[in-house]
Amino acid sequence: MLKIDNLVSGYDNLKVIQNVSIKVNPGEIVSIIGANGAGKTTLLKTITGILKPVSGSIFFDGQDISSTKTEKIVHLGCSLVPEGRQVFAPMTVRENLILGGYVQYKRKLGSDVLPYLDRIYKLFPRLLERETQFAGSLSGGEQQMLAIGRAMMARPKLVMMDEPSMGLAPLVIKEIFSIVRMLRDEGATILLVEQNAKAALRLADRGYVLETGKVILEGSSKELLENDDVKCAYLGKTKKDT
Amino acid sequence: MELLLQYIVAGITYGTIYAIVAIGFNIIYNTTGIINFAQGEFVMLGGMTAFTLKEYMPLPVAIICAVVITMIIGALIEIVFIRWLHKPSVLRMIIITIGLSILIRETALHIWGEGVTALPYFTGTSVTSVNLGGVFISPQVFWAVGISSIVVILLGIFFNFTLLGKQMRACSANREAARLCGISTQNMVTFSFMLSAAIGALGGCIVSPITYISYDSGSQLAIKGFTVAILGGLGNSTAAVAAAMILGILESFSIWALPAAYKDVVSIAIMLIILFVKPSGLFGNAAAARLKEY
Ligand SMILES: Nc1ncnc2c1ncn2[C@@H]1O[C@H](COP(=O)(O)OP(=O)(O)OP(=O)(O)O)[C@@H](O)[C@H]1O
Ligand SMILES: [Mg+2]
Repeated sequence: MLKIDNLVSGYDNLKVIQNVSIKVNPGEIVSIIGANGAGKTTLLKTITGILKPVSGSIFFDGQDISSTKTEKIVHLGCSLVPEGRQVFAPMTVRENLILGGYVQYKRKLGSDVLPYLDRIYKLFPRLLERETQFAGSLSGGEQQMLAIGRAMMARPKLVMMDEPSMGLAPLVIKEIFSIVRMLRDEGATILLVEQNAKAALRLADRGYVLETGKVILEGSSKELLENDDVKCAYLGKTKKDT
Repeated sequence: MELLLQYIVAGITYGTIYAIVAIGFNIIYNTTGIINFAQGEFVMLGGMTAFTLKEYMPLPVAIICAVVITMIIGALIEIVFIRWLHKPSVLRMIIITIGLSILIRETALHIWGEGVTALPYFTGTSVTSVNLGGVFISPQVFWAVGISSIVVILLGIFFNFTLLGKQMRACSANREAARLCGISTQNMVTFSFMLSAAIGALGGCIVSPITYISYDSGSQLAIKGFTVAILGGLGNSTAAVAAAMILGILESFSIWALPAAYKDVVSIAIMLIILFVKPSGLFGNAAAARLKEY
């Protein structure tokens, strides 16, 4: 589904991502974990074409997208739930979701948008209750649900999520994660970026550990959860505990 | 009393055109964050083009053609001068749009000369007037106010109820998120230039019979429109309409109280006061708060 090889990317002269290779297979949940400033957001921005890679290749669905425009990448079926939700604050919840479905209109599948909107409302009943409210007036958790719902409206083959748990209460995080699991069960492929390593790895099939722009570890979630370095650095356990 | 009303009517007439220019500013500002100082030139181009075209076709057709032509010019301006800029600074944008306005003005001077032109009154002549409770109102005022109101209503419908309008609002609310929804923000920017060029041109046609238009009318209108846009709070078109009426009426009264030459001083003074005292505008809103970025 997604295959990244030797990707180098960053801002102007600052190469944040250095030689990263990552693979996501159809139907998988893959998690990328790493500390603040590791380059997780930069990586996702590069995949979606917001940042242009310096070198390396990004293949999505067999197609090289390393120099494709963001709009086109979304059209191809690769959506991002951006860090910090980025909802359209002065627009209503419903408008946000409809705009999420915009590519469906472009794909000449506009008639599917409203039925799928009902589907999203079933998934997130809270959004239905607040349908006509401005997105900016929602709570953080609700905005995160809206951001996920908006990305789902595009009916993507691959959804990438940038720290969906950021700044949320544990209970809300649980709710969000259970929805991510539900999406996977429905056949979506998910690339989940998280600082909340434990929860992310429990959810994911496989994981990558990103540190200062490099993949320092990769493996199945189980392996990573049991890895001493990971335990020490990301799961908040000291060496003695393990 | 009648005199007072007469001044108010004159103020509303001018207010209408200021509102149209301000709305043009706001449309581009909202989608791009650019303040397009060439906005007034669109008004001039519309009025002048319609004046030339009306020799060859009926007036309504000439106006429609003038609006379409100006719209195409608006699109070309964006595609040729703005599109390729990668994250331009605000200062650079100001210089570019001022440069553009000079370019358009000089071209207009070449094409039309220095003469003052006026389209014929849409109905009646310059001496026809409707007596409304002792106040004499030119029918063109009704046309101006009527058409502008329709434009404002249609714009409201467009932005709130059509997918394209929503895309433009999304682009204005959050550029990057709009792209992540698959919206081509570049096309939205082009479209916003077309839309405000068209609205400006229509405004030029409507007021041409009342105010006359010459090659250099644009910059003055741009200043008035900008004052109104700032007064209402940049980006807020409903407030701009109200602010435009306030400015129009104030100007109108200033003629009564002060020598006519001071009319333009009023708007400049208001603009400066607002910029110093309350840059978010009289009806300051969230969109205007973004002005602080500059
Ligand atoms: N717009 C930018 N311009 C220049 N440097 C940037 C920019 N955004 C991020 N960086 C730098 O790139 C590095 C990686 O940032 P990035 O946002 O990708 O980290 P992250 O892993 O997502 O961190 P977090 O967990 O805090 O979100 C950081 O050192 C940061 O300072
Ligand atoms: Mg990040």
